[in-house]
Amino acid sequence: MMPKTFAPAHAILAVFLLFLAGGPLWLPEFHITLLNYIGLYGLVALGLVLLTGVGGLTSFGQAAFVGLGAYTTAYLTTAHGLSPWLTLVIGLGLTLVFALFLGFITLRLSGHFLPLGTIAWGISLYFLFGNLEWLGGHTGMTGIPAVAIFGLELKDGRSFFYLIWLVLLGAMLTTRNLLDSREGRAIRALKGGSVMAEAMGVNTARSKILIFTVAALYACVSGWLYAHLQRFVNPTPFSINQGVEFLFMAVIGGVGHVWGAVVGAGLITVLKQWLQDFLPELLGQSGNFEVIVFGLMMIFVLHRARNGLWPAIARFVPAPPQERHAVTTAEPLPRRQLPAAGTVLLQAEGVTKRFGGLVANKDMALTVKAGEVMALIGPNGAGKSTMFNCISGVNPPTDGHISFLGQPVAGLEARQVARLGMSRTFQHVRLLSSMTVLENVAIGAHLRGQKNYLAAGLRLERQEEARLLAEAARQIERVGLAEHMFDAAGSLALGKQRIVEIARALAADPCLLLLDEPAAGLRYLEKQALAELLGRLRSEGMGILLVEHDMDFVMGLADRVVVMEFGEKLAEGLPEEIQKNPAVLEAYLGGVE
Amino acid sequence: MNAAHEPKTVLEVSDLCVAYGKVEALHKVSLRIRAGEIVTVIGPNGAGKTTLLSALMGLLPYRGDVAYVGRELDAHVEVEERVGQGLTLVPEKRELFGEMSVEDNLLLGAFHRYRSGERDHAQTMEEVFTLFPRLKERRTQAAGTLSGGERQMLAMGRALMAKPKLLMLDEPSLGLAPLIIKEIFRIVAELKQTGVSILLVEQNARAALQVADYGYVLETGEVSLEGPSRELADDPRVIETYLGLGGKKA
Amino acid sequence: MDLQILLLLGQDGLTNGAIYALLALALVLVFAVTRVIFLPQGEFVAYGALTLAALQAGKLPGTVWLAVGLGVAVVLIDGGLALKSGNLKRLPRIILGNLGLPLVLLGLISGLEAEALSALALPLQILLTLGIVVPLGPLLYRLVFQPIASATPLVLLIVAVALHMTLIGLGLVFFGAEGFRTQPFSDGAVEIGPLLVQHQTLWILFASVALIALLYVLFERTIYGKALRATALNRTGARLMGISTTMAGKLSMGLAAFIGALSGVLVSPMTTLYYDSGFLIGLKGFVGAIIGGLASYPVAALGAVLVGLLESYSSFYASAFKEVIVFTLIIPVLLWRSLTSHHVEEEEE
Repeated sequence: MMPKTFAPAHAILAVFLLFLAGGPLWLPEFHITLLNYIGLYGLVALGLVLLTGVGGLTSFGQAAFVGLGAYTTAYLTTAHGLSPWLTLVIGLGLTLVFALFLGFITLRLSGHFLPLGTIAWGISLYFLFGNLEWLGGHTGMTGIPAVAIFGLELKDGRSFFYLIWLVLLGAMLTTRNLLDSREGRAIRALKGGSVMAEAMGVNTARSKILIFTVAALYACVSGWLYAHLQRFVNPTPFSINQGVEFLFMAVIGGVGHVWGAVVGAGLITVLKQWLQDFLPELLGQSGNFEVIVFGLMMIFVLHRARNGLWPAIARFVPAPPQERHAVTTAEPLPRRQLPAAGTVLLQAEGVTKRFGGLVANKDMALTVKAGEVMALIGPNGAGKSTMFNCISGVNPPTDGHISFLGQPVAGLEARQVARLGMSRTFQHVRLLSSMTVLENVAIGAHLRGQKNYLAAGLRLERQEEARLLAEAARQIERVGLAEHMFDAAGSLALGKQRIVEIARALAADPCLLLLDEPAAGLRYLEKQALAELLGRLRSEGMGILLVEHDMDFVMGLADRVVVMEFGEKLAEGLPEEIQKNPAVLEAYLGGVE
Repeated sequence: MNAAHEPKTVLEVSDLCVAYGKVEALHKVSLRIRAGEIVTVIGPNGAGKTTLLSALMGLLPYRGDVAYVGRELDAHVEVEERVGQGLTLVPEKRELFGEMSVEDNLLLGAFHRYRSGERDHAQTMEEVFTLFPRLKERRTQAAGTLSGGERQMLAMGRALMAKPKLLMLDEPSLGLAPLIIKEIFRIVAELKQTGVSILLVEQNARAALQVADYGYVLETGEVSLEGPSRELADDPRVIETYLGLGGKKA
Repeated sequence: MDLQILLLLGQDGLTNGAIYALLALALVLVFAVTRVIFLPQGEFVAYGALTLAALQAGKLPGTVWLAVGLGVAVVLIDGGLALKSGNLKRLPRIILGNLGLPLVLLGLISGLEAEALSALALPLQILLTLGIVVPLGPLLYRLVFQPIASATPLVLLIVAVALHMTLIGLGLVFFGAEGFRTQPFSDGAVEIGPLLVQHQTLWILFASVALIALLYVLFERTIYGKALRATALNRTGARLMGISTTMAGKLSMGLAAFIGALSGVLVSPMTTLYYDSGFLIGLKGFVGAIIGGLASYPVAALGAVLVGLLESYSSFYASAFKEVIVFTLIIPVLLWRSLTSHHVEEEEE
């Protein structure tokens, strides 16, 4: 087995770790210092990988969080003689409070308010550090004590080296673990827009605040390390420019991968050293000209290679063969008790939805029972998707009553509706195209796990994770896509992606399935297979509400049909009745004078 | 043979294919519009009608040959250039400038002509007002406050401000009440008298076939039927494409 | 504190606020049209001021070379594209449009003796300055933002920040690390009540009001201004009218460069400006723009004036903390917006 899992990537990693472990024994002082800084910056950049690369948010104020960590320990250890370990905890606590507050006020607004908020925060804190007498003003504070571990004082860069890199590697490992978990999938789902994630039960606001906070905490730890390495702090390294430079590191290194942070920190730090010698000589004057080069590099990377350097490096290292765990062996997750066939699952009455002056739904009513397929049809713009969004809690109705399993869904968020046992697919496929089919489907099972991000970071949730993945795998087999389980979802044909969406909805173990145009883009045989699958689900007692344009498909499958026009119900009945209904014919083909 | 037809053909599309990623939304669609003609493309939801117009307007990449008044339009020709050539689209979503007045919306319809030095927009606007007296009444009102029918009229009027050679209408009846649909189609028929060629995409097959000279039925991205509109109107296969054959065929 | 100080501070605040208001308007405009949060706006302020200072010192400002360099880059790219598509007719327009003005100005300025240049009438010097700095807007749009015009606002923002850093670095190359002040438009002061008001203050207030009026006329009365608004309101709709997104982007950044450079020219007689002073000035405009939710022009302008006043009074009461106070102002603003907004992610359905 050994040679099979021991890939070149592992060998390279081992060499790198050996190099780090042995480095302080033979590297010159200058290189140690450089590596120390790379480690410190890499830790901050790692937070930005999580925030920007994975979560699709960003911050220019990370340097201020570094400063918060550094100044907290600097002040408390020198003025009050507290132990550095205690001040680390206090610094983390302070960071937590500030990050939660900043996150709370900006993350509910659209995406660009967080970065703008962090710029303001970064500048304010910088000027605050520089102007508070008791923090030493612009000259800063000296005499910060060394950190001691088990009585061993880390007094010089060489001994501090191990602490920095242990912390960084630990943070990388934790971050990777976190991303490869239930919570991690929820975070990665943020980039696909909040509507899908919320419909799968993810509290997206919480996920966003979580990653912003984690990134801030990493920055704070970096600041604490910095203060005790330097034994001296002043405001300069915590300016907004440094905050921007951290973002440069993450983006240039490769913002989508934990190693990108280290590569970026290494490259920018080394390049900066070199450019700071070279450029002033070239230009015949002194100054920080390296920002010109960095800025241009950033523009180039974002124009041409948005994933940064890491993917280019990773190409030379064959990735270890992906673990294709024997996923279905784990113990199945508990299932929900399905209501008896014929029970009314969904009841909507008098549903009206207005957008400004426009009435998209007017006095709509429909019911779906367990063990039946109800089709909702109507011409373009009749208001079918609006009705879907009203029912699933994405966009609640202006008026009217919708109850699911006897419980009113008014005022519930989409994720709360999902928890009740309603799951849906989307007209425009919402999969995360770079994630595997398995991971995409596992997002559907989000609400069936409980373990939090801490457990995920420390890998204490492996058993639950195995069960979630096993459930996802089972649903993929059920819809007939087992051969694509480990393919990137984006590599599938659109028709198959729609089927993946169904598997994802099924992974939530729903009793009511809402399908928005599931047959669009499918070939004839695939449509037949889909009809068969839906028929099977129906016979198992699931209720299905279907919006579909392919009338052959609808008429062959549905038990009952509701026709909408102008946001209202035009007709309701059995398929054959609907096909003969003159009003329906008129709605579709237009009136004859 | 070709030469005899060419001067009269405004748009000739052959084997047009459009794909979203790997999925083909239009497959080898061919159609022709002659000068002064109304040609309709009908078909159920999701057949690819809007995709067809978006491609012709240059909003989507495509493969295949598109000859417009004799000139080859390859997919790289930008939307703005097509507008300059007299090709205009009234999109399904209308795409009005909601916070601007009716008058400003109309004025911007003439933007491209204004830029190329044609400054007769005041006169064109009067012509549009003659066609849509309702718009004249609402000229200072913000477009966003108009009713559905008025919005459609404004969208059409705005397109006419460009003095198009070929006017493409995407579902002008969408979401409108029957009386207003009738009014819109009356105007479409009237437009024909001004000499503009019209490509009318509609789901409302009966109304469309009534005003059009020739029709194509689009079904799952392919042309399944075509013919003079009078013949299509009586063809039972048209109804089938909309409401399915039913039974247990699926 | 007496009334006189209160008025004096108010006057200071209003003067700065007027400049911030101009910048805020430019920021809202660029964001609406291009979705770029245009942080480099401040660099145009510094470039404007320092270019004028260089001219007054009889030197050839480095910004001319920047304009020429960017012009050459655009000509190479667009010219190459035109050649590739066989569209040779476009070449003269591409060359003239992108490189014409910078080259003429380069010839003009380097043809003048240092004494002649510094002795040039102020209005001419200002005209030269604007002629150098304003083309940077459209050129930078073409090179930096147009290739990624459809990217997410987040990517555009990061690119804007990268551009800001690059321009700061270039500013240091062009102008060095020392600060400059330019000559006031006119010397002297007038007494208004208990206050002695500098002429330059009046110039700033006058120019700001005039510029705002000009912008109003542009957007309400001209077809190009309306085309810009249309692009901001509905991109697809605008394209269907033949309004190219690229043209709108170039136009809006050209306006931003004009507003920025003029602001720099206006304030440089009042305060010493350095190569990196633009950033903080621009950001204060931003605070105003954020108060307006990056959407409302009048609220943004009023917000910016408020920033100016707040800055002025806090510089008196707690001068060390004036930046802290100004920038923390956005916290309550954001808090209020966040509590009152029912933001549902815009989805394309």
